[in-house]
Amino acid sequence: MEPILMKGNEVLAQAAIFAGCRQYFGYPITPQTEIAAYMSRQMPKAGGVYLQAESEVAAINMVLGAGAAGGRAMTSTSSPGLSLMTEGISYIAGMDIPCLIVNVQRGGPGLGGIQPSQADYWQATRALGHGDFHVMVFAPSSVQEIADLVPRAFDLADQYRVPAMFLMDGSLGQMMEPVAFPDKPADPGALPEKPWAAVGNGGKRPNNILNSLMLKAPVLEASVLERFDRYEAIKQELCEYEAYRTGDAQIVLVAYGTTARIAKSVVDEARKEGIKAGLFRPVTLWPYPYEPLSRLSARCFLAVEMSMGQMVEDVRLAVNGRAPVHFYGRTGGMIPRPNEVLERVRALAKDPSGKGADR
Amino acid sequence: MNTIFKKTAGLTDVQTHYCPGCTHGIVHRLVGEVLEELGVLDRTVGIASVGCSVMAYEYFNCDMVQAPHGRAPAVATGVKRTLGRDSVVFTYQGDGDLAAIGTAETVHAATRGENITVIFINNAIYGMTGGQMAPTTLPGQVTQTTPNARNVLTDGFPIRVMEMLATLDGVAYAERVSSGDIPDIQKAKRAIKKAFTCQMEGKGFSIVEVLSTCPTNWGISPSESMEWLQTHMTRQYPLGVFKDVTETGVFPVLTDNPMDL
Amino acid sequence: MCNDPIQLLLAGFGGQGILFAGKAAAYAGMAEEKNVTWLPSYGPEMRGGTANCSVCVSKAAISCPIVFEPNLLVVMNQPSFHAFVEKVVPGGVVVMNSSLIKEDCLRPDVTAYAIPATELAEQNDLPGLANIIMLGYAAQVTGAFGLGSLQAALGRCVPLSKQQLLEPNLHAVQIGWTYKEPAE
Repeated sequence: MEPILMKGNEVLAQAAIFAGCRQYFGYPITPQTEIAAYMSRQMPKAGGVYLQAESEVAAINMVLGAGAAGGRAMTSTSSPGLSLMTEGISYIAGMDIPCLIVNVQRGGPGLGGIQPSQADYWQATRALGHGDFHVMVFAPSSVQEIADLVPRAFDLADQYRVPAMFLMDGSLGQMMEPVAFPDKPADPGALPEKPWAAVGNGGKRPNNILNSLMLKAPVLEASVLERFDRYEAIKQELCEYEAYRTGDAQIVLVAYGTTARIAKSVVDEARKEGIKAGLFRPVTLWPYPYEPLSRLSARCFLAVEMSMGQMVEDVRLAVNGRAPVHFYGRTGGMIPRPNEVLERVRALAKDPSGKGADR
Repeated sequence: MNTIFKKTAGLTDVQTHYCPGCTHGIVHRLVGEVLEELGVLDRTVGIASVGCSVMAYEYFNCDMVQAPHGRAPAVATGVKRTLGRDSVVFTYQGDGDLAAIGTAETVHAATRGENITVIFINNAIYGMTGGQMAPTTLPGQVTQTTPNARNVLTDGFPIRVMEMLATLDGVAYAERVSSGDIPDIQKAKRAIKKAFTCQMEGKGFSIVEVLSTCPTNWGISPSESMEWLQTHMTRQYPLGVFKDVTETGVFPVLTDNPMDL
Repeated sequence: MCNDPIQLLLAGFGGQGILFAGKAAAYAGMAEEKNVTWLPSYGPEMRGGTANCSVCVSKAAISCPIVFEPNLLVVMNQPSFHAFVEKVVPGGVVVMNSSLIKEDCLRPDVTAYAIPATELAEQNDLPGLANIIMLGYAAQVTGAFGLGSLQAALGRCVPLSKQQLLEPNLHAVQIGWTYKEPAE
């Protein structure tokens, strides 16, 4: 297929349809509304379900129902809407319902702004709802990468019965780049069976019950432990990252999404000045690629984010005190400028300890 | 030996946890009997809510999904839209779940004309958490959180759900029935059967409100509870059909496409 | 003059077709087998205020898609001219819509071109196509894109449902491409 120019949000929607998603439920919120608008046009043509819910609370619970009934279901929202969905996400995790949840982040807290942000990192990787659970978190940084990761996310979600999340930011959602889709879309009817789904027992098997209520503590503990065994298996299978010019790097920038693209341009500029800089870009934020990051032997690390410093904590966990880990970020919808980051890189090239300079 | 009574195949053999004198068990049986008589147990998915009936997923003999508090109509929407017109999808919700925390989901599923059936148990109190004020608690009724009786000046007025939903174009059938005595229970069963039939014919949203008792939290005996239901609750919540367009359905045209709900 | 990489910023009023012109530029870059990105400003300004968009075109992979410092600024109204002219890199190019920008570019370190695009659009009965006239002119004076690439790009940008608009767009790009600034 000839590459076409498409917005990240629309590519996400199209890739989901190509991946066999046939149920979309959502509620309008900037800057992700193109996903819902695209789905409203294309999902009926694909014979699927598009429904504008009365709230994000309802939308995620419709996804719960559609996923429970064996559908390849998804929703999308932006930061304030994601907060409303966290109750449902916890239930979805507790009932082992595969689905895709998209957060095209905007600045917060509260109603915040509508410009791009990465301030929901902690929420996505640490606190997506009450209780002991994780979801797989994917953070593409280009439009083509969105198209490539969506089918993988759906497949892994089905395989492990663990929900998947796309953590993007407003600029990636709004950006157009050339994109090529697979020549052959997935056939929703040919996806692996879901013998656990609530579709009616057909008079042929015991009832399928999807439930997260377990009043007996040993039973609940056992179910959580079983789920964490699956998380361990996911960690073995899923560890996506990009290492750019890190081989001899003395300063390694760590960034994801749109920020990683800015950091990459900084690496190239720094190299022109003779500074041995590199970029480590996590593509999966949960599981986080701790091990490959821990193998880098730079003199210092610099996390760059559109937040006050959230992913930097995972960088510190990976580096584990072997080198200083610094942070540079802008927040509230501001995007770090390459020259601002380059200034920090220059300073760290002179003094890797970077005393008192973190922001 | 002639069989003169048989437990419905619509219920499992699991012993329910309901208190003595509570009418949840009766309504469960009515729903189970209706699903059995309609011959749809094999293609039914039930949605359990949060409240005393939270463990309904163990009692109904069909595939079940347990929903977050108040969200059962949204979950049912997702299930129904995925499985299509041939499926039978119902929610079983109490007054707190349906008329307090889940008001938005209830109203919007109803106004969409979502082809699901809602069984709404109104016993004017929060049972599972031990007897607090419900959105349907009567003015003057004592609960744990209205110790001096519900005062409309500070606690507001109770909601009449059927009357409210009857104004919505998506509702094909809305009836309030009672579990207070044998004739009423027989009427309740007919209403429940009509609601499920309405769904199977694709006519739109159907809901049956069943006035029920809670002797434990009302603090009176089961027989006094039946008395109280019939005298006090039916005064606030009159029985009857509040909307019935099951002949024509709520939608202008139905097609043969099974995914058109 | 600014061939590779092109860091193009287009700016003007909402409704002047800024985002569409940016998309055409991006497709022109694709026609020349380069990498491209297109990034709009978004938010309330989309609804009638000022609009701008970043277009990067490069033989190399594009890292940062946001044009903070353009080497080519195509600017269609006065407020946008004031907002962005100081951000152009030294040695860069400014292409101005002189129908609506009634002042000169006073920066000595950038090359400025002016075209009365709004008037040309009106004179040629091409309503709403001042944007494409400007793009054609900017491409010609800078060498950023070839005319054939722009024509191919418009063929891909104009939606199938609005093919009657293709011919006016091609006319507009031709007018811009052949425009000669009168000697002072």
